[in-house]
This record gives sequence, C-alpha cells and structure tokens, in this order.
Amino acid sequence: MTNRSRRARALALSAAGLVAGLIGFGVGPFAMGAATAQAQGQGKDTVVIGMTLEPPHLDPTAGAAAAIDEVVYANVFEGLTRIDSTGTVQPALAQEWTISEDGMRYSFDLRRGVTFHDGASFEASDVVFSFERAMAEESVNAQKQLFSGIETVEAPDDHTVVIDLKQPQGLFLWNLGWGDAVIVDPASAETNKTDPVGTGPYRVAERKPGDSITLVRRDDYWGHAPALARVTIKFIGDAAAQVAALMAGDVDAIPNIGAPETVAQFESDPRFDVYVGTTEGETILALNHRRAPWDDVRVRRAIQHAVDRQAIVDLAMFGFGTPIGSHFAPHNPAYIDLTDTVPHDPEKARQLLEAAGVETPIKAVMKLPPTAYARRGGEVVAAQLREVGIEVEIVPVEWAQWLSDVFKGAHDFDFTIVSHTEPLDIGIYARDDYYFGYDNPAFREHMAELEREADPDRRAELLVEAQEMVADDQVSVFLFQLAKIGVKRKGLEGLWPNAPIQANDMTNVHWAE
Amino acid sequence: MSGGPLIRRLWHARRHPSLAIGAGLTALVLLAALVAMIWTPYPVDGVDATARLGGPGLAHPLGTDHFGRDVLSLILAGARTSVAVGLVAVGLGLGLGVPLGLIAALTRVPLVDAGVGRLADLIFAFPAVLSAVLITAIHGPGAVNVIVAVGIFNIAVFARVARGAAIGVAAQPFVIAARAMGRRGFSTAMVHVLPNIAGILIVQATIQFAVAILAEAGLSYLGLGVQPPQPSWGKMLADSQTFMFAAPLQAVFPGLAIMLSVLGLNLLGDGLRDTLDPRLKILRTA
Repeated sequence: MTNRSRRARALALSAAGLVAGLIGFGVGPFAMGAATAQAQGQGKDTVVIGMTLEPPHLDPTAGAAAAIDEVVYANVFEGLTRIDSTGTVQPALAQEWTISEDGMRYSFDLRRGVTFHDGASFEASDVVFSFERAMAEESVNAQKQLFSGIETVEAPDDHTVVIDLKQPQGLFLWNLGWGDAVIVDPASAETNKTDPVGTGPYRVAERKPGDSITLVRRDDYWGHAPALARVTIKFIGDAAAQVAALMAGDVDAIPNIGAPETVAQFESDPRFDVYVGTTEGETILALNHRRAPWDDVRVRRAIQHAVDRQAIVDLAMFGFGTPIGSHFAPHNPAYIDLTDTVPHDPEKARQLLEAAGVETPIKAVMKLPPTAYARRGGEVVAAQLREVGIEVEIVPVEWAQWLSDVFKGAHDFDFTIVSHTEPLDIGIYARDDYYFGYDNPAFREHMAELEREADPDRRAELLVEAQEMVADDQVSVFLFQLAKIGVKRKGLEGLWPNAPIQANDMTNVHWAE
Repeated sequence: MSGGPLIRRLWHARRHPSLAIGAGLTALVLLAALVAMIWTPYPVDGVDATARLGGPGLAHPLGTDHFGRDVLSLILAGARTSVAVGLVAVGLGLGLGVPLGLIAALTRVPLVDAGVGRLADLIFAFPAVLSAVLITAIHGPGAVNVIVAVGIFNIAVFARVARGAAIGVAAQPFVIAARAMGRRGFSTAMVHVLPNIAGILIVQATIQFAVAILAEAGLSYLGLGVQPPQPSWGKMLADSQTFMFAAPLQAVFPGLAIMLSVLGLNLLGDGLRDTLDPRLKILRTA
C-alpha cells in the first residue's frame, strides 16, 4: 500500500517538478548575466537582430506573414518602388517614372545593370512576369488587391515597363512598394520560398529553422553597398528569453520587443538604447455586427463609453501606445483626433445600454489571440465592461484558431481584440464580408471614391471623412495605436524608428565609429 | 471496526510533527478558501491604473499586481480556485474510483477485475498533466475541464488503491466469516472492508489533493486552466514572469502559496500514513 502511495507521491513530485521546470525555464536565462556581453565590440561589420516570429518561408509574394517581409524586404527582394523609413515612396528598381494626364498609364524607366543573386540580369520582362503572376487567377499572393486595378503590364523594351490601370489609383506607386509587389526572376520564382533569389544587397546564406537566418552582403549589388557584411536574424519568441538574449549580448538589437514591461530595465542600462516609434497597428475591440445587440450603434457607443483607453494603454502596454478614436494612425498627416467624441463615461454607457433596451447584465464572449496586447488588454477591457453590466467571458485562442473561428468561416465570437497592422487599412470597413460583418453601402461608395482620387488634398479630405464615418457609426471600439518598442546596443545606428511597412531594412544600418 | 478507533488514533497522534504542521498548513489554505468565498479585502476583478505593481504596504500587505489589483485578495481567491478544483477532483476519484476498486476486489469475477485493472493501466499510461493538456486542447481551457482531467486520473488512482487494499482485507478471517454467514457482497464491502481501508484512502486523498492543486496551477500557468477574471495561482505566476526585474515579489507570493499548500498536504499525508498504517506503527514501537 505504501508502495502505491509512494508512486503517487513521486507523481505529485514530478508534477511539482513540471511546474518548477516551467518556471525555471522562463527565469533561468536571467542568471546567465552579462559575462559574454563584453565580447561585443564596436566598429565591426556584423550584427545579430532578434525577431519574435519566424517566417514560415521566405517568399514575400506568396504569404501574408509579416515575418517574411521583416526578413527579406529591401534586404533580399526589391520592387519597382520602395517605402522608406518615413513611409515615403522612393525609386528602387524603377529609377523614374511618368504618369499620364488621366492617371491611367504609368511608364517606368528601369535601372540598368541590376542582377539577381544567381547572376541573371534584371529586365522589363521580369516585371511583367512578376505582376502577371501576382494577378493571375491561381496566384497565391496575399495582397492581390494591390494589383486588382491593373489592366495590362507591358514591356516595350528591356528597360521600360508600361502599366495601364482600369481607373486612376491614388496609391498605385505606394502599393508597388509593398513586399508583396517585389520583382522575382521567372527562373527562381517557384523556389523562392526556400531559396530566395532577389535583386537586393543581401542574399540568404544560411537558414536554421527554429533558430536563425543569416544574410550575407553581395559584391555585385547595383546600388550603394550596405555597411554590414553579415546580418544574422535570430528568432526568439519568449519575451523573457528576448531580455536574456539582449543582456547576454547574444543579439545586438530587437526592433520590436515582445514585452513593454521589460523596457524600464533597458532604459536604465547604459549599454542599451530604447527607441520607441509608431506602427500601423490600430488595436481595436472588434464587435460582431452579425449578432445582436452589437448591431445597434447605441450599444457599440455604450461600449466605447465604458472603455478607458488610457488605462488600457497604461495597464496592458505599460504606457506605450496612443489612444485612437477611429481606425487611423495618429502619425498619418490626414489623421484627426476623435478620441474625445466618445470619452470614457461609464454612466453614459449604462444610459445608452438602457436606451437600447439591453438588459444588464448581458453576457459576451471575447476571443483573444495570443499576443500580450490582446490577452492583457482583454483582461482590462473585460474589467471595464463589467462595470457597466457586460459580463465578458474570456476565451484565449491560438492564431490558427482565431483565424478559423473569428476571422473566417463561422465568425463565432462577440468581441475580439486585434491590431490591424496593414498601413492605411480603413478600407476594411468597406468590406461587407469582413470578419466583424459591417455592411454600409455609403462607406463603400466613399472608399471607392478615395480609390479613384489621385489629388493629395482631396484624398486627405476623403480620409478625414472616412475616419469620421467609421467613428460616428462606432463600427469598432477603438483602443490604441500599437507602439514599436525597440532595444538596441549603443552604437548601432540606422534602424528604422517607426514601422510604416513591415520591414527590417538593414541597408543603412551600421556601427558608429 | 468503525470510525471510532480511527479518530482516536488521530487524536493520539496529534503531536506527530509532520501531521501537526501539515494539518496546520492545510487548514490555513482551507480557511483562506472559505474566507474568499464571502470576502476579499479588495475586489479581484477590478483594475486600477494608478496602483500598478505596488510594493507591500499597509493598504496592500502583499502589494498590487500589474493591473493594480490587491495581491492578497488574489492569493485568497486563488486558494478558493485551488481548493474547489482539488475537492471536486478528489471527490470524483473517491466517488467513482473506490466503488470500482471494491467491485474488482470483491466480485471474484476475473473478467471484471482484469477490466478495471486494464482501464486503470490505460489512464496511468498518460501522466495526469499530459492528459489534462489533452482534454483542455480538445474542449478548450477552463476550470471544468481541468477538474474533469484531474478527476479522471484520480478515478484510476483510487480504483487501484482501493482494489489492492480490499483484496488484503477480503482475505481476513472476519470477512470470510461474514461471507460464509451469507452476507451480501455490497454489505460486506460497506461494513467490513471499507472502514478497514479508509485510512489508506484518506492518505491517498491528501496526496491527490496536492496533485490536483499542482495540476491546476500548472495548467493555468500554461493558459489552459481557469480563465480571468477568475484568479489562479498558476496564472499569477505566468503573469509575473515578465516582471521578474521590475517587481520580483510578484512571483514570490503565488509561488509560496502553491508550495505551502502542496507541502502541507504532503506532510499531512505523511503524518496520516504513519498514524493510520498499522504495520508502520508496529515497526515504530518495536
């Protein structure tokens, strides 16, 4: 009998060991200290960058994962245009272009002497191939809408590409700067996922799945050669392990660290610089318009009144992030501040719920993807909503489950919290098949007008109106703009402070002398 | 034998050190859980941006967490969660496992005995925590699934323990005599066998209680257990992990709570075994 209880006790102890082990796993790396940190010197030409997520493959024209662009954009692959650190369109493989009077025809003059990593020369036919491949019926490009306005792509000679549009498109040159619109070589297009061949200054020298990717500078790059000869990108998913890797000197910089609460310790450490910038991530509490009572604008406004945005930023993001009042990034020139139109006011929220005939307490299911902003933000939002009589049941889900339950298919949710990280994506409210199920023909017409408009001033006006329309109808509950918090070793310069597009452009990164 | 001698023996053993310490710690945890059912110093489902990660002080004896909630209140409410999961999981094991074990031991139908044995083997083939992860992966995270997972494991544990002990008792002359006199199996089990294996079951129950608390903490740590706003020690540990530098105390209190409650139950189990197992008693006095 004692034998049996001993076995059970061993079991209890091994369970204890499991818990202890799990905890130890998170904490252990801290103990490693800074012994190896001194080995890192300055004035060298290599760098190790840390990223949270590993890309599933390396073909930016065949996947939506931001991690792909964060490795290859500007480093390995280039497009006709590129988007720089300030979000401005710059020439890349197209050295200049002309646009016809009616805005329907773009003629690109291509750069000479450009070669792919495998030695193949870059010509106009590659552009035609790349765009036709992206536009094709069977295309697996994740952003096909970037090309949907293209009527034809033609190459009158080796160094000229002429693109005719179906209608004028205000953001066409900007669209061509996306990672999804990079130019690939027909010979290597099919194998880019594992063996990417682009025109960029770096080629992928080594790929260790689950660990790292190493980029090596090529000698025959057409443009200005980057300062760093070798860039290693390490994938570290765990926030605590990221801290440990920085402290131990295993990585030189993490442009987007996972846990804002770890920032304080780096700010006080003279070896590191903390740089906080903006992202295109509008973080929203999305409401399922397919379900009552969330289809009632009074109820949605009540929820917005119940939510204290600044408290969410303080508690969930440790103060990093900017409250937003519509689906628009505050650093965009066309941004207007709408946060005061529906301020935090629980009493007003209760009145609105009552006016809408909602009997409180009312239950709601909130499905949260596995990011800190969603999980932590969700707990704070749930606490705030409880105060006005909305009992939120929190259901944590993995990304795959979030995509299948919330984003696609069944749309089985009441609330979710997610950051929409695509740039200038207010157009999602014109998609009546989108996951939150908002259906407003007037807004669709408004966005169609914006799409056609090329005049910058008129575009800005239309964008302001769009922000107001979305806020007036309180389509979502707008929380905050996600901040980009980077930590780097002192002396490492040239990393993008902001993230106007998903990228870790290493071409201008260097160590200070 | 009835309950009388059992209680008397426990009373005599009250000075047994591990029994006393274990009983004390366990009583503390149970008390915390009881108190939290009706009262906590602060509400555990509110947030307060002004009181984030506060250190211990007069207003908050154990400080506040990253949402500005009172840690003492969370620890008390976490005890409620742990005890609830433990009680139900052990109750399931006792309620279903013991009858199964007794049937296997006393029916003397080889097929039944073998069936129960293989079923227990099957459940034992998967470690408790692993099967709990499996169940929560299929049915989603939540307190009920944790209880079911640990409960199923406990059924197998108690079925085995009860069967083994009951076979020994069933071979005793007084049981054979009772059966020879025509007592039915059920009545024999209740009157003669069960009271004689109660001590072993109680010892086992304390250990399984500790396993259940650990399993709940482990699963909640992984995000598979009870969900916020319901407090859990494991969830508190998981939350505290990234604050290790900013607020190291965050991890200490839930960690201590888990450790002391499991230690208490194990000491209690040790003490009870020393007291209740007749063979050990003979060894000691000899």
